[in-house]
Amino acid sequence: MEFETYHFDAVIVGSGGAGLRAALMLSEKGIRTAVVSKVFPTRSHTVAAQGGINAALGNILPDNWLWHMYDTIKGSDYLGDQDAIEYMCREAPDVVRELEHFGVPFSRTESGKIYQRPFGGQSLNFGQRQAARTCAAADRTGHAILHSLYQQNLRAQTTFFVEHQAIDLIRDERGDIAALMVLDIATGEYKVLRSRAIMLATGGAAQLFRTNTNARINTGDGLAMILRAGLALQDMEFWQFHPTGLSGKGILISEAARGEGGVLRNAAGEAFMKHYAPHARELASRDVVARAIAIEVQEGRGCGVNQDHVWLDLTHLDSALIKQRLPAIREIALTFAGIDICQEPIPVYPTAHYMMGGIPTNIHGQVKTLNDQGEVEVLPNLFAVGECACVSVHGANRLGGNSLLDIVVFGRAAARQLIEQLSHQPLDYFDAPLDLQPVERRIQRWQACDASSSDGTPASLRQRLQTIMETGCGVFRTEDTLNKCIDDLTEFSAQVDKLMLQDRSEVFNLERLEAFELENLLALAWATVHSARSRQESRGAHYRLDYSSRDDDNWLKHTLYFQSQPVNTPRLAYVPVTLQPLTVPSFPPKKRVY
Amino acid sequence: MLTLRFSIQRYLPEQDRIPRMQLYELALAQMPRDWMLLDALEHLRQQDPTLAFRSSCKEGVCGSDGMNVNGKNRLSCITRLSTVWDEVKDKDGIIKIHPLPGLPIIRDLVVDMNQFFQHYAAVQPWLIPPAGDRDHELLQTPTQRAELEGLYECILCACCTTSCPAFWWNPDKFHGPAALLAAQRFVSDSRDQHTQTRLQALDDAYGTFRCRNIQNCTANCPKGLDPSGAIRALKRKMLTE
Ligand SMILES: Cc1cc2nc3c(=O)[nH]c(=O)nc-3n(C[C@H](O)[C@H](O)[C@H](O)COP(=O)(O)OP(=O)(O)OC[C@H]3O[C@@H](n4cnc5c(N)ncnc54)[C@H](O)[C@@H]3O)c2cc1C
Repeated sequence: MEFETYHFDAVIVGSGGAGLRAALMLSEKGIRTAVVSKVFPTRSHTVAAQGGINAALGNILPDNWLWHMYDTIKGSDYLGDQDAIEYMCREAPDVVRELEHFGVPFSRTESGKIYQRPFGGQSLNFGQRQAARTCAAADRTGHAILHSLYQQNLRAQTTFFVEHQAIDLIRDERGDIAALMVLDIATGEYKVLRSRAIMLATGGAAQLFRTNTNARINTGDGLAMILRAGLALQDMEFWQFHPTGLSGKGILISEAARGEGGVLRNAAGEAFMKHYAPHARELASRDVVARAIAIEVQEGRGCGVNQDHVWLDLTHLDSALIKQRLPAIREIALTFAGIDICQEPIPVYPTAHYMMGGIPTNIHGQVKTLNDQGEVEVLPNLFAVGECACVSVHGANRLGGNSLLDIVVFGRAAARQLIEQLSHQPLDYFDAPLDLQPVERRIQRWQACDASSSDGTPASLRQRLQTIMETGCGVFRTEDTLNKCIDDLTEFSAQVDKLMLQDRSEVFNLERLEAFELENLLALAWATVHSARSRQESRGAHYRLDYSSRDDDNWLKHTLYFQSQPVNTPRLAYVPVTLQPLTVPSFPPKKRVY
Repeated sequence: MLTLRFSIQRYLPEQDRIPRMQLYELALAQMPRDWMLLDALEHLRQQDPTLAFRSSCKEGVCGSDGMNVNGKNRLSCITRLSTVWDEVKDKDGIIKIHPLPGLPIIRDLVVDMNQFFQHYAAVQPWLIPPAGDRDHELLQTPTQRAELEGLYECILCACCTTSCPAFWWNPDKFHGPAALLAAQRFVSDSRDQHTQTRLQALDDAYGTFRCRNIQNCTANCPKGLDPSGAIRALKRKMLTE
């Protein structure tokens, strides 16, 4: 096959908050940068973030980054790396102020400062009182941040490859990752982008589950590219189920609704969170609240005809406050459930939301893997940032408001590192030839069409996969559900092998894009179920009914998963959690109560 | 049994010289109360995987799925199926879907938005804060912040601009309502240092003043924003300053 080839110093895959923050710094420094995105930048899913971004600014209550650090470590159920968490929490006030200067229209306090709201899992003085640490632009914070970052990139004249789908990383003959294969969606042309450094910022993948808060495009492409390149994914058993998805739909009702005073009630009208988290109640960590809701429903206290949800009640709040602070939530409930939240409670149930695991990196965003001797090794010119990366600042459970923070902090850190590195590296005088065979095979697989021989479409198969994963790897897991999940995935993989496409056009061939995405989702399904089956404990969002407590003696460690052949026999390895922060004393694991 | 009929504009550049309408049918037990138009379109794609349209967030915030439905520009993911069905069921019983008008068609309901985004970039939609002190927040009172309400929430779906006759007539010169709404957003931001330069640059017979106050933009904004009002306010500011 023949491909047009382009040359850059840096290629960033993804134009969400993480990719755009990095791109802005690179463009400003004059690095020849290209940003590749499946969708127009402002359509990236960062746009959907509602509640806000955490930083110990202390605009409402006195605050301290060390308290933020403590809360994040506790929230992570001690699986987060304390060096990375310290770095993030210390950088937070600075990156938020920077966003403000980029134009983010934050809501304001009477004194003109950035408004901050209380969010789950945050406290003053190491667990004493509820904090107010989440900087918010009403309940449209992600939109506000993403648009502002895109606008600044327009000013900085960043080069975009919009509506280009990245297919795979390409190694050169020396074995170094040297290029990226992309598909121009509008023309069907494949292009090779050669680059001295590549940064993956492809976002989340909760499309793996039937009920989710994620966009259709959130299919974990970057993670699957890493697996196909023979590298590792970390902690893939940890998926956050957000407690309050709109029942039946999965659309997010932000934690901001509880932060502003919303209460969860069961069918008897009882505010049940007091039984699960006597102090923090509605604002306990997400894993705790999600399990509480699932238990209420399982034990027959669910609301509605089918008793399949609980109520999120905001009716006692001042409706002027709701209109000012939660306008988008109000709009969502009205559009999708016909409910005015000022008058009626919202039916909610947990929904797949966020991937704590991902591509392992150090705090400079550089991708880590294991070498042949089983030692951790850094790939200097391959970066991952944002939700697709696992630094790991979220460990086994992410706190609300910490992901928007993660994406801008590490987007910036990775860009800094990349600039520093390129300035020391001599330019290659010639490019080593690329090994295009693996990616060509994959391309050819989906160039062929044969409507007659196929059973199902990529879209219908995605739904099937989502159901398998929700049943086998949901809020509660056991050896049995996980084994069943493996059997189902084995059968399902055979179905994908037989899939044939029907759309012959080269122009905007959605079916082909979905086929690539389906392969990616399937790769992540395997990573998730294998990692989950091996971890015989409950920690954060990974809850095993058959091993219901945390087991620090055996499991205070990160999972690394590699794809192998056949794919139902995994290769797993474990690396220690970094308990030593950069400059402050460690927070040793202790029992986690809210 | 309820059979919904859709007439959808198709165009495959490799085989069609000009766009054509294709009829689709969707049989349902009854009208699903909570379905959006997008849910129906996804079912049609299961019947015919060659039907192309953009969509992503499914909740009306990414702005991907603007399309013209029964003559009005809307986002398929936040338009109730029952609404568009009610509009036609006592007439010909066919829901009519076209791409957003006035932009080149790439395929089926997918339009080329380049020109739209160029106009957006042309109004320099980025904050220019005071130079210097990056270590403190720029203060903004709640009243100053309130000036941005109804301006910053735009999702760039192009429903407004592609409903505007002034844009249809001069798509290369008239910025269109979405871009002008963005211009007004930065002119109204108390933190911005370039209000005067912005107003001067916008003072252009075509770029801004081609707006003839037809107000299709406001009628077609799926987010309930008022670009027409924003343009009036912008023009007023130009005249007074
Ligand atoms: C509904 C919702 C609400 C949330 N609210 C909050 C909140 O209030 N606070 C908080 O801290 N966090 C929140 N989160 C989490 C947070 O928004 C996300 O984790 C974060 O925005 C992810 O940013 P990102 O830049 O990593 O990825 P994204 O914004 O998802 O961007 C991914 C990018 O990668 C591109 N891409 C992916 N695959 C490919 C490919 N193959 N080829 C080319 N491009 C590709 C996409 O086009 C896109 O540009 C929320 C999440 C959701 C879903």
